[in-house]
Amino acid sequence: MLLRHTTPKEIDRQALTINPAKTCQPIGAMYAALGLHGCLPHSHGSQGCCSYHRSALTRHFKEPVMAATSSFSEGSSVFGGSANLVQAIDTIFTVYNPDIIAAHTTCLSETIGDDMTQIVSKAHEDGVVPEGKHVIYCNTPSYVGTHVTGYANQVTAFVKFFSKATPKKRNVVNLVAGWMEPADMREIKRMANVLEARTIMFPDMSDVLDAPLDGKHHMYPKGGTTIPDMVATGDSKFSIGLGKYTTEDACILLDNKCKVKFEVVDIPIGLKATDRFITSLSRHANVPVPDAITDERGRLIDFIADNHGHFYGKRVALWGDPDTLIPLCEFLVSMDMRPVYIVTGTPGKPFDERMAAILKDIPEVKFMSGERADMFRMHQWIKQEGVDLLIGNTYGKYIARDENTPFVRLGFPIADRAGHNFNPKTGYVGATNLAIDILNALLDHRDRTCAEEKFEFQL
Amino acid sequence: MGDKKKVDLTTFKDAVLDKYPKKVGKKRAKAIINNDPDNMPVIQANIRTIPGIITQRGCTYAGCKGVVLGPTRDIVNITHGPIGCGFYSWLTRRNQTKTESDQDANFIPYCFSTDMQDSNIVFGGEEKLKQAIREARELFNPKAIAIFSTCPVGLIGDDVHRVARQMKEEFNNEVNIFGFSCEGYRGVSQSAGHHIANNQLYKNLIGNDDNVTPKSKFRVNLLGEYNIGGDAFEIERIFEKCGVELVSTFSGNSTVSSFEQAHTADLTLVMCHRSINYVAEMLETSFGIPWFKVSFIGAQASAKAMRKVAAYFNDPELTERIEKVIAEELKIVEAARQVALPKTNGKTAMLFVGGSRAHHYQDLFEELGVTTLSAGYEFGHRDDYEGRRVIPTIQIDADSRNIEEITVTKDEARFKERMTPDVLKKMEDALGKDEVEYNDYNGLMAQIGKGALVIDDLSHYEMEKLIELYHPDIFCAGIKEKYAVQKMGIPLKQLHNYDSGGPYAGFQGAMNFYNDIAMMVSTSIFKEIKAPWEREEVVEASYVY
Ligand code: SF4
Repeated sequence: MLLRHTTPKEIDRQALTINPAKTCQPIGAMYAALGLHGCLPHSHGSQGCCSYHRSALTRHFKEPVMAATSSFSEGSSVFGGSANLVQAIDTIFTVYNPDIIAAHTTCLSETIGDDMTQIVSKAHEDGVVPEGKHVIYCNTPSYVGTHVTGYANQVTAFVKFFSKATPKKRNVVNLVAGWMEPADMREIKRMANVLEARTIMFPDMSDVLDAPLDGKHHMYPKGGTTIPDMVATGDSKFSIGLGKYTTEDACILLDNKCKVKFEVVDIPIGLKATDRFITSLSRHANVPVPDAITDERGRLIDFIADNHGHFYGKRVALWGDPDTLIPLCEFLVSMDMRPVYIVTGTPGKPFDERMAAILKDIPEVKFMSGERADMFRMHQWIKQEGVDLLIGNTYGKYIARDENTPFVRLGFPIADRAGHNFNPKTGYVGATNLAIDILNALLDHRDRTCAEEKFEFQL
Repeated sequence: MGDKKKVDLTTFKDAVLDKYPKKVGKKRAKAIINNDPDNMPVIQANIRTIPGIITQRGCTYAGCKGVVLGPTRDIVNITHGPIGCGFYSWLTRRNQTKTESDQDANFIPYCFSTDMQDSNIVFGGEEKLKQAIREARELFNPKAIAIFSTCPVGLIGDDVHRVARQMKEEFNNEVNIFGFSCEGYRGVSQSAGHHIANNQLYKNLIGNDDNVTPKSKFRVNLLGEYNIGGDAFEIERIFEKCGVELVSTFSGNSTVSSFEQAHTADLTLVMCHRSINYVAEMLETSFGIPWFKVSFIGAQASAKAMRKVAAYFNDPELTERIEKVIAEELKIVEAARQVALPKTNGKTAMLFVGGSRAHHYQDLFEELGVTTLSAGYEFGHRDDYEGRRVIPTIQIDADSRNIEEITVTKDEARFKERMTPDVLKKMEDALGKDEVEYNDYNGLMAQIGKGALVIDDLSHYEMEKLIELYHPDIFCAGIKEKYAVQKMGIPLKQLHNYDSGGPYAGFQGAMNFYNDIAMMVSTSIFKEIKAPWEREEVVEASYVY
């Protein structure tokens, strides 16, 4: 047994987190910053944070993840990190020449109380920010919220620093992308294209974290939302936020700052969430939904109907981020599966409310969010009564092996498989991909474990 | 057999320094040298990374919790801090471990954290830490609990050592509990964390258990071996075959009790000098166990290491057995080497990793006929480059001064003189004076060729420049560098975690490495980077029509 110390007996834990279903804010900020074209994320703290975040993102995407650090020493943690950041800005623009530096804080610089606004204006005064270049920043204390919060804070900073309203609104819809894979963003853009909707997506990691191998390392790959596009988001007539936890703040700020009305929908994972997204986009971009999209939807329905017997009643345990888990559970329910255990380390009422509504017909359900809503707890629930399927990041493989349970990898980080950044899980096509993954996992398991006399050619 | 490429490595420094802001360039200049083994130049090392430089380095916490203590399976390692640090050090190093039975403790697949929140930062986190320790005991009942401090802990005044003492008392000394002040900002890299870890190992574990039943007359400790990809398993196999008892490994595949008995060994072998030389010295000062630098990376190096063991114990039977094992193993290894050699011979490599691997792996590359053009450490000190003889001349700066130096004295009751001039003399006669490395390490620059570029704390910019100018056939570094280098069409072998390969240590490991390098330098797909319509000849051909 790998997790041999996990028993079904729960205790009333008040302080110890075991096997977290979350990580810290700055990595979210770093990830989001990679979705701006020409941007170098910068971690204002000890160099270990930057190293950890880059490594974690790299393992997941199998792509270069460039970011710099203020490399705090003991001195900077006593006297403040202002000198470090100003020097870092100088070094970065001189050596790595990005268009934008997106600085975020860490628990160290936050505990010291570094004032980012002041430091960055000092950098400007000192003349280390070249003409036409930008230094943006956000606060991402790791002792508040999670990586999801950090992502949201970074995306909000894009609006704060770039979005501008001119007197002329354009017939464009902003798509504020929550935490998803580059392939998911690419798929959403493809759907928008098929609808012939004019959109600006931000952030946009497609063509950044799924870049081709062409014999050169491009510090700033060709993808990412460009500065002009980011500025123009203030002139769009509407914003659709994809994922409440990661995009609502940005949408609100854009409304306050530039009077761009908005609607926040779920990340379009699964049938109904995609229905809502397409409906919203069609309405706000004022374009009809073409048959091609309806056909994609129909193929998804067809696939689920044809294989329904394999999905029906299957008990599923899930862990990850609210913006993914909410539409995902809804999707599973729409296939008549039973999400029974769900944990997310990210705190917040919306998760609890949505889960209660989505899972109202599953009386045995247990879900939890925030502190100590961790994978250890979920595993204890599984020990109490098993499940048929696990869905979540790579850390689930230890439970999957111990409990001999089929496992579909979805979420962050996925460190032991490749291709998740290529293969979308959003939209009808993505939902079909996901349903295929689930079906294959269930049937592979059945084939591997059933008695020989029950082993069958056709399933 | 290919020809060795002729490249001019002397122009690199000027080419690269130009780009930096003046002050930065001046500092980097001292960390970039062309080697001369006969007249060894001074290199700048273990110096702060300049802010804004994209560095390979991590932090003190990573060196302490991740590297040194991470591989021990039966300690509950609680990270005291916000969730990030604990999360990122959860299963991300490939330190494998194997318990003797399913009943034995193994906490390596778990991550424990106090997950500090806003209010803990404001009002202090000691109470939460205490409660976390209570819960850990209730749930897991471990022999030992270790507490690792992350960045904010020291700043807000939490005293993890006091908490450890109090909790130990609360549990009537039934659980060994100790803390580490390994906040990320201490020191300039992981290296500070190694030192802090070493100190606490000595203070809290080493020497705790005298009750040992020796399994062999020849009892050794192996230090600075972390069982990445199963390296320690292979070294264990060799020792067992030779009839040598491995009392403890620091810390690959290790347990608390092996640390507690380390002082009962008669010899210490040091693999990664950087991360663990402190413990080696403490064992010698306190208990009279001499230490020697060895490496098990490379078939010849492994043979050499075992011969050192033979020479030290100076027992004809042991020597014979070791020679027999070496002969037997080398025969198989040589066959594997011959298979790989046609693919690898004449190729070039660059190694930028760790505090010892950039040195050790040169042996394996030599066995493959691969020249190391350039190498450097991520967190080495000058002694790891130039040899321990320079230690007295190293200036202690503010960053090093912050790390606790503990006073270690002779343990009068348990000290045993083992290393006499006579033993040393016999070893020198058997092995050659320079080869013994008793209490010594000759460093990377003693091995890497004349003119080779040695660069400390390589920056991302310098790395790209190296590749652009010299096109090595293979580049060795870590995960953060891997995909950038591969985008340039050059395979990158991770030498922190071996990608998903290994073991690379010992004889079996050497064969794995030959095979993996032969595989990597013959990656066909890199030849297909240009699409047919991007290749000039095709474009021209199309005009024919
Ligand atoms: S928890 Fe704090 S110190 Fe640890 S990685 Fe996150 S920001 Fe850095």
